[in-house]
Amino acid sequence: MDIINYLKKHENKDMLRFLTCGSVDDGKSTLIGRMLYDSKMIFDDQLAAAESESKKYGTTGEKIDMALLVDGLQSEREQGITIDVAYRFFTTEKRKFIIADTPGHEQYTRNMVTGASTADVAIILIDARKGILTQTRRHSFIVSLLGIEHVIVAINKMDLVDFSEAVYNEISQAYGLLADELGIQNTYYIPVSALDGDNVVDKSNHTPWFQGKPLLELLDTMDISKEQKSENFRFPVQYVNRPHLNFRGFCGTIAAGSVSVGDDITVLPSGKTTTVKSIINAGNITEANREATVQEAYAPMAVTITTEDEVDIGRGDMIVHTHSLPRVSNSLKVMLVWMDDKPMTLGRNYDIKRATSVVSGHFEHINYKVDVNTYERTQVKALELNDIASCRMILTRPIASDSYKENRLTGSFIVVDRITNNTVGAGMIVGVSRRDEDVLKRGSKHYSDAEKALNQFIRDNFPEWECKTV
Amino acid sequence: MVTQERLTHLKQLEAESIHILREVAAEFSNPVMMYSVGKDSSVMLHLAMKAFAPSKLPFPLLHVDTLWKFKEMITFRDQRAKDLGFDLIVHSNPEGIDMDISPFKQGSKVHTDIMKTQALKQALNAGGYDAVIGGARRDEEKSRAKERIFSFRDKHHRWDPKNQRPELWNVYNTAIEKGESVRVFPISNWTELDVWQYIYLEDIPIPSLYFAKEQEVVEYEGTKIMVDDERMPEELRKTAKKEMVRFRTLGCYPLTGAINSTATTLPEIIKEMLLSTSSEREGRLIDKDQEGAMEQKKIEGYF
Repeated sequence: MDIINYLKKHENKDMLRFLTCGSVDDGKSTLIGRMLYDSKMIFDDQLAAAESESKKYGTTGEKIDMALLVDGLQSEREQGITIDVAYRFFTTEKRKFIIADTPGHEQYTRNMVTGASTADVAIILIDARKGILTQTRRHSFIVSLLGIEHVIVAINKMDLVDFSEAVYNEISQAYGLLADELGIQNTYYIPVSALDGDNVVDKSNHTPWFQGKPLLELLDTMDISKEQKSENFRFPVQYVNRPHLNFRGFCGTIAAGSVSVGDDITVLPSGKTTTVKSIINAGNITEANREATVQEAYAPMAVTITTEDEVDIGRGDMIVHTHSLPRVSNSLKVMLVWMDDKPMTLGRNYDIKRATSVVSGHFEHINYKVDVNTYERTQVKALELNDIASCRMILTRPIASDSYKENRLTGSFIVVDRITNNTVGAGMIVGVSRRDEDVLKRGSKHYSDAEKALNQFIRDNFPEWECKTV
Repeated sequence: MVTQERLTHLKQLEAESIHILREVAAEFSNPVMMYSVGKDSSVMLHLAMKAFAPSKLPFPLLHVDTLWKFKEMITFRDQRAKDLGFDLIVHSNPEGIDMDISPFKQGSKVHTDIMKTQALKQALNAGGYDAVIGGARRDEEKSRAKERIFSFRDKHHRWDPKNQRPELWNVYNTAIEKGESVRVFPISNWTELDVWQYIYLEDIPIPSLYFAKEQEVVEYEGTKIMVDDERMPEELRKTAKKEMVRFRTLGCYPLTGAINSTATTLPEIIKEMLLSTSSEREGRLIDKDQEGAMEQKKIEGYF
């Protein structure tokens, strides 16, 4: 193909991030190695390195161990397991792919959560000989917890069950029930043999009964646009750009929705309002024109916004459309994944980083802990490494909060230990805690004299009602 | 109602990188951006100029000059600094200068350690930077595939691959103590193809060494290297012959392998890259020293 046409085509490529779940035994690294190899992303010198390493650490006898192409760190190669998240890349004519390659064992749940956090699609590997295992349930739970809407079930090692359609049907049906239980929206099933490449890039001759697409074709064509569902404009202010007195721009990445010049906006948590004066889309800036503006911008563009009025806006604030305000609260119901060896203790202060804001806070109550294998809920007083629990989080300042379901970027946060500075947890906002009022509404509501008198009367005469002052 | 078309992969990568650069400027008090003059540095500089427009860059650029870089790289570097008006800090290891370190005499390992790794540490200590922005990509090498975008370094600039902070969504943990630092890699998720394609689309200036030209080259340790100055040993220089070559990466000229090529335009370079069968780092002599070489160098503080 003519190179100029090729470049034109590749300029307009989409990007898809996916996660692979499974353990070494399921042939996960082999599958990834196969995708990279068959899509020609493995270069000769890397292949030569894998060949020489196969002799040293390989587990596949005479064949090149595909897994060695992807297992990164030396210590891991020696142990023959993948212990951290590794990111791999390959490209087709339609899409660029980023693979988050994560370990499957229970002690590495946090690594899988990490990999899942940025993925649009998950590939869950199931060994055709073994069917759905405890780990399948665990991986599926994490995938649904992290809001991944598309799950490809790769039923692997079909060569070892004679490419049996019955085995494929049985596993597909069983997984369907699991997906329903977890509320996973879209599932796709493919019979594969990663070792030999059946149904990975090309359709296999061994599975004439299989009507679906091979893995790579599915990844290339599946519709993930529904991912961007929240239309409400959300703009976490990241950085204030002030080159001179006449320019004060608020920089950030649009987390959801779109914005146009002239839009009425509200700054949260302060509640102050103004209008969008100008928008710079950083992507459009050139060396020749460093002041290019646009009329509108949308997620996930990195932009700079200026306002009509001089309003106090800083890093950590959230700019939203005045007509679609999120709730603002310091008391949130969250799902928390604990990622540190040191347990989470109730009442202890942590730094909570959500989008661009860092606010200190603590966990007041653990509603329940979920067993990642059985989904059973239990009552606990502390959280250990890899525990996942529903908690009530109290912040020292209120924040504008969307639920993770509505918006992955404004509904998620990390927990940072204030002494070690480590990332010790990751959380997803479920909602504003019902017991607490919406700070914004409380602040903006205007009470009449009669209402104030009633409030005073109740507080004087019924202290046991614990009525708040208005 | 605004029509929200899905951004192309390059526009998504660009936005992600700009987000990372702004996060650094907002969260650190004394950041610096490594500038190696190569194509990845050129892309990073371009992204940073976008991120902070209409302002100038809020951080300086640091070039560790091993004194064995291609001459053209130095000219190019100084011209860019002049054109774009960024602060440029250049550092070379004074002890290395005293010892008159040469890759031809002491070999690549000693040269890289003293003039690159040690020089980098000196420059970072002298500057007291709390964040160091680098242009490494995850597709370059296997140990890089696992490194975080915000990668923590202790007081000795050491990386602990087995104890990395979890990194989720686009929420980056920037908390450190005094003396500690992070290395930040805004183009982690770009591939070599993405970088070239972006340079092409955005018309980003890069040194002409990337394009095929007739150059004086010699065979040296299994690679073709260019005769860039008189310091190349006489007996080697005697073997020089003119060939059409270009470079896939730029570094110290005695350690950077040239490839035979006729690609004189960006589309031709990209075409050649797509058809080539060896990965980019093959041209760098450093990685071959030992298996797991890069992982070891990174633990010691190399980029």
